[in-house]
Amino acid sequence: MVLKSKSAKIIGLIAMVFAVVIAMCMSLLYGYAYTSLQTTIQSFTNFDQSNEHIIIQDVRIPRALIAASVGASLAITGVLLQTLTKNPLASPGILGINAGAGFAVVCSLVFFHVESLQSFAWIAFTGAAIATAAVYGISSVGRDASTPLKITLAGAAISAMFTSYTQGLLAINEAEMDQILFWLAGSVQGRKLEILLSVLPYLVIGWVGAILISGKMNVLALGDDVARGLGLRIGFIKLVVGIIAVLLAGGSVAIAGPIGFVGIVIPHIARKLIGQDHRWLIPAAALLGAVLLLLADVGARYVIMPREVPVGVMTAIIGTPFFIYLARKGGKKV
Amino acid sequence: MKSLKTIRLGKQRVSFLLDTRASRRTIFVGCMAILAVLISASFGESFINPWHVIQALLGQGDAYNQLLVVDFRLPRILLAAFAGMALAVAGAILQGMIKNPLASPDIIGISAGGSAAVVGFLALFSNNDHVLLVSINWMPLAGFIGAMLVGLLVYVLAWKDGVTSTRLVLIGLGIATFLQAITTMLMIIGPVYVASEVQKWLIGSVSSTDWNEVVIMVPVIAVLLVVTFLIVRHLNVQDFGDDTAMSLGQSVQKMRFGLIVLSACLVGSAISFTGAIGFVGLMAPHIARRLVGSAFGLLIPMSAAIGCFLVVVADIIGRTAFNPIEVPAGVFTAAIGAPYFIYLLFKNPRK
Repeated sequence: MVLKSKSAKIIGLIAMVFAVVIAMCMSLLYGYAYTSLQTTIQSFTNFDQSNEHIIIQDVRIPRALIAASVGASLAITGVLLQTLTKNPLASPGILGINAGAGFAVVCSLVFFHVESLQSFAWIAFTGAAIATAAVYGISSVGRDASTPLKITLAGAAISAMFTSYTQGLLAINEAEMDQILFWLAGSVQGRKLEILLSVLPYLVIGWVGAILISGKMNVLALGDDVARGLGLRIGFIKLVVGIIAVLLAGGSVAIAGPIGFVGIVIPHIARKLIGQDHRWLIPAAALLGAVLLLLADVGARYVIMPREVPVGVMTAIIGTPFFIYLARKGGKKV
Repeated sequence: MKSLKTIRLGKQRVSFLLDTRASRRTIFVGCMAILAVLISASFGESFINPWHVIQALLGQGDAYNQLLVVDFRLPRILLAAFAGMALAVAGAILQGMIKNPLASPDIIGISAGGSAAVVGFLALFSNNDHVLLVSINWMPLAGFIGAMLVGLLVYVLAWKDGVTSTRLVLIGLGIATFLQAITTMLMIIGPVYVASEVQKWLIGSVSSTDWNEVVIMVPVIAVLLVVTFLIVRHLNVQDFGDDTAMSLGQSVQKMRFGLIVLSACLVGSAISFTGAIGFVGLMAPHIARRLVGSAFGLLIPMSAAIGCFLVVVADIIGRTAFNPIEVPAGVFTAAIGAPYFIYLLFKNPRK
């Protein structure tokens, strides 16, 4: 852990907030169409219908806001699920959220020829919720109900199942593959502000909920038996974590498709920086997730200009070197 | 306690405890796998009576059946069977070594390395008209080299006064996601045919196989499997954790390196011919563990049998279900394996 004392942690969090603001500005400024800082400011104060102003207001602002909220949501979900399953490899994908959403979207495309991003959003959300409900349903049966191992295994099985159905559908309908490949890689491009606004209430509930249960997560991290001994209502907390995960990760996948890496790696990075205490960890992960996704989105515009790579690809390319550095640097504890 | 039998051979040179119930189960699943192989040879464009299949395999029967069974179908069935075994065993090794139920060849980057190498190969050796400049037969080699290199890279990066399983798995995870990102990017910026060729490879398919591939792959995997059976005891010890293993006299780091090389070889030689068949490496060991417990002596054979069965059956379904379209076998490994595993989670509520 890098930041040990309380004041260092506060300064760290403030620095992260600044990083988010800077990354947001970069996201507004840089892109295929050149815009200066002045134009950007003018587009807020003095909107004049020019191309630049429209690009900034209608394209880049939604993008920046979406990237920031999706990044934060995925990172928070990652923290919660890694604690829930006691597994450093857990990610939002482990509850079947991404696989369920992907399957639902591919289904709707293949069978009902749905093609708008707006309808994808709700279909994906529904798919994510169904998959997570299935995982919880399966893991809550039997004597070893809802142990971390059982949730993990049920999640892995459900994910694998939905992923294979998706692949099967794509293998049979090759024509659709080209259209859907970009969605399946995850992207914040071309999303309208309305999509974000319609999902935002769920995200906000998830954020508030995650902060509220952060103290309880510290207890849960001690292990089920200890937590029960300390008077924590384990079943209830696990259910709440599941609901928050669906709201946050389901909402994210609805907006931006399945974006990998943020949810699995940012929690580790945040933990290395600020320690294991969830009351600090959750805000830190949220901010770092937002920064990573914003930067990745800016990077995605430049790699193969004028086209774009999916932002899910860029998160991995930017994040991996730093992650490996941290994994090597850290002590024994993860 | 379960009914255990002690078996000793020679003057105490070889001895082991055998759990009779679990062995019976292993033998049963093994027979199922062999049966699946035989039945698989009957299915295809035209159905051949299983009896005629056996005749053809023994070198009798009419020439047409022999051609179909021996020349067309047998290679891909063998490929499917051995790839399934190799992946399942590699998954069992990695899960035992890393002590993480989510460990699988995909998660520590070995499969991702193979995929990235294949995409890179297709991108690098195509000209502007999207014609491949070198023979497609080199693709398996590229996949194998990719898998091995990434296995080594992960090991080297995770090395810092020895390799701990946590660091190994974290670094592997990072490298895997990175390579998947590269793969996706190459697929998206490349021409469509690369995307669909790679997609097929990523799912894993045993179609378009001939004997040339089989005679390379089957002996290699057979040798590797034998090696695995020989060192299975050490795997049991690794499963106790580093401290216990060390005090039991195991050279933990050397063993760990050996096990990684072994699993990278298994995965590399399997996926270089079939593509990254998913799910088997992750789930076959879990299914096996639910059936025979977690001692590796039976876990490895059981995983191998389940892996073999899964991939062979998945291939049968892939060939016949959507005739004339062939669905890659990798699709159905999870489609049939996952429901069964979920059933086991329901049925077998033990610690």
